Amino acid sequence: MSIDMEQFKVTFVEESLEGLDIMESVLLDMHPGATDAEAIDNIFRAAHSIKGGAATFGLGDIANFTHVVETLLDEVRNGDRDITQDAIVLFLSSVDCIREMLSADQNGEAVDHAHIEQIKAGLDEMLGSEQESETVPAEDTAPTSSASPDNGWEIIFKPFPGMLRTGNDVVRMFRELAGLGDFTAVVDTENLPPLVDMDPEEAYLSWHITLNGEIDKAQISEIFEWVEDDCELEILPLKGGDTETVVNDITEETSPAELQIASPPPERRVEEDRRQQPARKTTSPESSSIRVGIDKVDDLINMVGELVITQSMLSQLGEDFDMNRVERLNDGLAELERNTRELQESVMRIRMLPISFAFNRFPRMVHDLSAKLDKKIELTMSGEQTELDKTVMEKIGDPLVHLVRNSIDHGIETPEARKAAGKSETGVVNLNAYHQGGNIIIEINDDGAGLNYEKILAKAIERGLVGANEELPEEKVYELLFEPGFSTADVVSDVSGRGVGMDVVKRNIMALGGRVDVKSVPGEGSTFTIRLPLTLAILDGQLVRVGDNTYIIPLVSIVESLLVDQKNVNEIAGKAEVYQLRSDYLPIIRLYEVFGVEPDKRSLDDGLLVVVEGDSKKGGLLVDELLGQQQVVIKSLETNFRRVEGLSGATILGDGTVALIVDVAGVVRLSREDERCSNNQIVAA
Amino acid sequence: MDAAQNIAHEIQHDLESDGDQFLTFILAGEEYGVDILRVQEIKGWDSVTPIPNTPEYIRGVINLRGTIVPIIDLRRRFQLEAVEYGPMTVVIVLRVENPDGGKSRVMGLVVDAVSDVYNVPEGAIKAAPDFGSVVDVNFVQGLATLEDVMVIMLDIDRLLNADELSAVEHII
Repeated sequence: MSIDMEQFKVTFVEESLEGLDIMESVLLDMHPGATDAEAIDNIFRAAHSIKGGAATFGLGDIANFTHVVETLLDEVRNGDRDITQDAIVLFLSSVDCIREMLSADQNGEAVDHAHIEQIKAGLDEMLGSEQESETVPAEDTAPTSSASPDNGWEIIFKPFPGMLRTGNDVVRMFRELAGLGDFTAVVDTENLPPLVDMDPEEAYLSWHITLNGEIDKAQISEIFEWVEDDCELEILPLKGGDTETVVNDITEETSPAELQIASPPPERRVEEDRRQQPARKTTSPESSSIRVGIDKVDDLINMVGELVITQSMLSQLGEDFDMNRVERLNDGLAELERNTRELQESVMRIRMLPISFAFNRFPRMVHDLSAKLDKKIELTMSGEQTELDKTVMEKIGDPLVHLVRNSIDHGIETPEARKAAGKSETGVVNLNAYHQGGNIIIEINDDGAGLNYEKILAKAIERGLVGANEELPEEKVYELLFEPGFSTADVVSDVSGRGVGMDVVKRNIMALGGRVDVKSVPGEGSTFTIRLPLTLAILDGQLVRVGDNTYIIPLVSIVESLLVDQKNVNEIAGKAEVYQLRSDYLPIIRLYEVFGVEPDKRSLDDGLLVVVEGDSKKGGLLVDELLGQQQVVIKSLETNFRRVEGLSGATILGDGTVALIVDVAGVVRLSREDERCSNNQIVAA
Repeated sequence: MDAAQNIAHEIQHDLESDGDQFLTFILAGEEYGVDILRVQEIKGWDSVTPIPNTPEYIRGVINLRGTIVPIIDLRRRFQLEAVEYGPMTVVIVLRVENPDGGKSRVMGLVVDAVSDVYNVPEGAIKAAPDFGSVVDVNFVQGLATLEDVMVIMLDIDRLLNADELSAVEHII
């Protein structure tokens, strides 16, 4: 075939992976005993497409394996089989298995055959336990079908009425059959209705085909691959004698054997794939494709269209320009600005994906782990729609897995221990994501035992990380968790406790320019907070002026801006100033003091207060003037310099100068430190 | 082909015999040298955006074709008397390697004026004598006498590396 199948294969793999995700999530929602027809249909459909696709691309192993799964599912769908906990577990491991096979094929790696065989044996066993009578003969016929009879085959082919609607063309199939050998077909018009009753889209005919020549049965099956569920098909050796009757239902059972023959032995396949795809192996998974909704692309095209119109309008204007047309020029430039901004936003949106892509794997993981560890765990998630840059998402996945595993293994106690502590037996792990400023915050919270301060400290002393008599504040102790090789687990399990991981978690998060914090209350649980920048982020900023300096305050952290009314200003102990805003008291933060610059005026009278909120702490920033609002591209100060407390970065303004972006939480923190310092001085004096 | 090779050899030879090239600049009457391969560009002094809560010798940051580059006043860094910036005041933009193998940084040094480019033969750079605690010679690579002038060769990686910069004296 001259068509490049590779490109379709990539799509197939992507779609299959999505299908597997669907299967997995539906399976996780399923409860033993209760058969939800729609859910089963969903899984069945996914499995069916994977099977069909895999067979088309010559991935016999996968098709073969999926087929068994599909057969089982079909029985469940028809109500012949109840869904049991064992079945769910088996289906879940089959999903993993298929996924493994797909990725192995893609990366040209060897498949773990033993593992697959084991699961397949499990599936066969389940299938066999109720259907032994049917499967055994099917297995028996397999060897006979492999030896192609000398005379050829007799095929009885009766399409179901709806077959043609799926786009299958009998003529084409026959043409292919004819290519295999000496082909004769006798049409059976028995079911053909009178012309008046005939629906032209229905199939009424059936055929009796004789195919002479040395033909492998698999070759014939392959032609009927796509229609085997839509027709009644019998393939019989012409030689009479050992007749093999395969009616539609039983075809399902025989296919695995046939398919195994159709595909080359697995070992050889792997080698072949390796040879074919040396380039594929080197590409990193990060460079993989991105699926973008067609609406997003349409938006982009519309905007580019508008941009082109504006551009041609401006260039026309430029051809014979005089001062009378300044107005129009301004209009055009304003239009251009709007176009550019919208285009920029749309392009950025393409890279942004909801964090549910990273969260999706957790229900399964929690399900498996809780079974393994004999704990009862409920997983709740919120903020799944929070959008995050795709590259960041890919890199945050593993650290998240580590943290959730830790919460389950170390955090949540056994049901008995929980009961003894007066808590409900079921522990709760909560994942939460939200935007804050230019950051995305991901919280992993559990209601388990919390971190054991004493134990961590003891371990740290034992390992020589901390001196024996050193007193450490809580946060510092919790930070020790991120030291390489640090684990307080008494027993090393295969879930966690080896002490590898947390340091990697921290390193990965730091590499993304983020940070991770731990909070813990003994007996009530612990919270890991990951703070990540939205890379390439464009920020909506409020430009403010203090003296000669322009600063940018992220719009999202601004609550409101107001003129100071001296009546509402109070001083606490003659030092800390607070401003009464409705029922709230805000500390007044004089930005010029925090940043050590010269302001226009120092008095609060008629001063401008920008009320901000950072890290859930509010404050009023005193500035000289509000300039304007604009979108700014965040540039890192760290690239060539280092992190500066109170600043989250810098940007370049329209005139080419650099303006600093205020990190609101940092400034609030700084102002408190300043106060503490000055208070200390007072005490010292 | 042969001719080209000969030329290449000659150039190679010249480079080897003449040692490294150094750009020298003037600071409070003294001549200092930096490895010319590290110099990205030399530009006139222009206004900077000051960064709060950083040492005084960090004048601020500038926009160098889209990247944010910190500017360091070498006079203040060496605790020399500060002078008014004049038309001769220049900023030497340098690439600073991270000794820990991290990413290199780009930084600007404000100096009084650029002076010359010298070929410094190998072995011409002598180790600086130890002044004890009077002068920190950590960032001095060595001293060289070129055309009767003593040039102080700076180790800019030491001088400008991140640790030096982050060792901020706390201004309360």
